[in-house]
This record gives sequence, C-alpha cells and structure tokens, in this order.
Amino acid sequence: MADKEEILTGLAEIVEEVAGVSQDDVSTEKSFVDDLDIDSLSMVEIAVQAEDKFGVKIPDDELANLKTVGDAVDYVAANAK
Amino acid sequence: MTGRRPALQLRQGPAATRILGVGSAQPDRIVTNDDLSQLMDTNDQWIRERVGIIERRFADKDELLVDMAVAAGAKALADAGANPSEVDTVIVPNCTMPSPIPNAAGQVADRIGIKAAGAFDLNAACAGFCYGLGVASDLVRAGSAGKVLVIGAEKLTDVVDPLDRSTAIIFADGAGAALVGPAEEPGIGPVAWGSAGDLVDMIHMRDHQYIHQEGQSVFRWATTQMAPVAMRAVELAGLELSDVDVLIPHQANLRIVEAIAKRLRAKGARDDMIVADDIRYSGNTSSASIPLALDHMRAAGTVRSGDVVLLVGFGAGLSYAGQVIVCP
Repeated sequence: MADKEEILTGLAEIVEEVAGVSQDDVSTEKSFVDDLDIDSLSMVEIAVQAEDKFGVKIPDDELANLKTVGDAVDYVAANAK
Repeated sequence: MTGRRPALQLRQGPAATRILGVGSAQPDRIVTNDDLSQLMDTNDQWIRERVGIIERRFADKDELLVDMAVAAGAKALADAGANPSEVDTVIVPNCTMPSPIPNAAGQVADRIGIKAAGAFDLNAACAGFCYGLGVASDLVRAGSAGKVLVIGAEKLTDVVDPLDRSTAIIFADGAGAALVGPAEEPGIGPVAWGSAGDLVDMIHMRDHQYIHQEGQSVFRWATTQMAPVAMRAVELAGLELSDVDVLIPHQANLRIVEAIAKRLRAKGARDDMIVADDIRYSGNTSSASIPLALDHMRAAGTVRSGDVVLLVGFGAGLSYAGQVIVCP
C-alpha cells in the first residue's frame, strides 16, 4: 500500500481537480473548510474520487470527521486495502 | 364442461410514440436570493455556489398545484395543436398535493376540458415526470390510451419550512406538461427506472410537515448513481452516448447536474452536448423540473426539433427513471 507521502500527493491531485486549489497548498496541517475553502459538496466529490483512487470506503459520517488534510491521509492509510 | 371459456379480446396500439407538444406554467412571483437573505442567514453568493440558483418562483397562497397543472397542460395541448377531445388519459406526477384525497388528475382533466378522462396521480417524487412519460408511452403502445397528457406539477412551498436554509433556498413551484401520442418513428425510448428503498431516509418529511434531506448523502447518491441510469436509458434506446444532443437531468442542484454531465462525458458523451441549467431561474420543482426545462429550452432555441434529448429524474423514495426522447 502507498505510504503517507504518496497518499498526500494523490489527494492533492484530487483536491486540485475538484476544487481548483493548487496542489502546493494541500499540506497535512490545512483544514479543508477553513484553509482551503472547500465546501461540503466538494468534500463529497473528493471522497468519491479518493475511494476510487485508493480503494477505500469513506462514508458520509466518517467524512465529517476528516477536518484536515492530515486527517484524510491518516484515514486512507489506515483503511485502504 | 360444455363450451369453452371465451377468449378475451385485447387491444394493440401503435408501435411507436412521441411527444406531440409541451407546455409549462410558473407563478408570477419571483423570489431572489436577496429576498431569502432577509429571512434567514444566507446570501446570494452562498446560494449560487452551493446550488446554482439565482431566483425561483413561489406560488401565492391561493395559487394551487392544480391551477399550475391546468395552465401547463392547456399549453401543451395548444403546442401540439390538439383539442381536449383528442385526449383520453391524464397523468399528474406530483408529491405535494395538499391532501391525498382527491387526486389532482381528475380535476385537472375536467378543467382543461377533457371529459371522462382516465386520470390518476403518480408519486415518484422528483423522478415522477420520467415515470409518467414511460407509463404514458406504454399505455399508447398497448392500445389502452389514444393520447395521454402527462403533467408534472408541484407546490413545494407548502412542504418547505420557509426559515430552513437547507431547503427553502432550493425548492420552488411550477408545472410542466407533455402530450404523448402515436408516431411513425419512435420519439420516446424505453424507460430505465428503479428505486432504492433502503435509502428512503435520505429524503423524507420531518414530522409529516416539512421536507428534509441529507444533503451530502443525496449529493453522493445522485452524482455517482444517476449517470449509469442515464447510460442504461441510452442503451435501451439503441443509441450511443455520443448521439445525445441535450441532457436534461432533474434540476435538483446545478452541481449535481454538472457532475452527471461530467461523468457522461467521461463515458463518451460529447463536449458540445447541451446541459439543462433551468434551475438557475426556476429552482428545484421536483416532478415539474424536467418538462419546465424542456419547454424553456425549446422556447429559447437551445433545444431544437429532432434533437436527441436524454432525461433522467431522481429523488425521494429513493426513485429514479430516465429515457431518451426526440424533441418535438
């Protein structure tokens, strides 16, 4: 399975594609909502793409807990097949 | 036993159907995002970004679902150049009649001047128009009906908490109609429909009074599950996605509409496929949204006679349905 660095890179690509945020701005300490200005619907789109890319399930109630990019990276790393 | 049981005679209709005419009706009262921001904590930019709506129409208290349905239905007949006497069946897909008794269809038929019509309501929520169109086409093909008027009509403001910013900014009122009848060439493809009753809680009536939806869950369901339904409708019609000139998804939320279009383009739909964005000025009118969009786009010239149009409706139930039509 991909290490956290690879997950971050893959996630950053998705965030850029969905929300138009530069990949360079997507770092682990950033909050999706407060720092990257990503709304709840874009978060769903990011989750759906992350599910396809990493082979992981991110239900909506789990999604609500992923406040920062680091939270998402950790979740994918822990749950990816 | 003496004698044989007599064989029942059956009827057989024409092989093909098409939409003969369309029409729509909306309340006069325009409600802008700024109007709503006077009532609740929201603003124009937030609404445009989240749902893509610029303004919508709200019916006044004395303007009923049935009134809007009558107006839209009469316009569809006029558009088709048909007399009420030519129509024998009226279907009114809706989910917002103020009471389950009586239904809308009987009184709508009578007020349009269609006498003794076969008349019934059909509740498949926001998928209702596509369900109704599928039923109407098959009624004609089976010989059960000659011409069928299908009218999606809703007064959603009756079931929306006017101060709930998660729904009050989205839902609106209106009606859209199509007259279905026999055709030489098929103009209505087979319907691809289904339901997901296990997800029923995603969209429901809170305390039997106000509509409530799990926004993120509905968004995920619609943006991932409806493109395959649309593709199935195209397949059933014997076409390729690249044949589709116009896509009219239920106008639930502009971001859902755009996400469905994006998925279909990734699967072979053309970049120049026209995508309905009628929600911008009509809001989400549930079973009325697809025929409203079709009528508005025809009037504006963005959809032309002969265009291959892909419809897909989805909503509470959860229910969904889609089909390909040829624009009249």
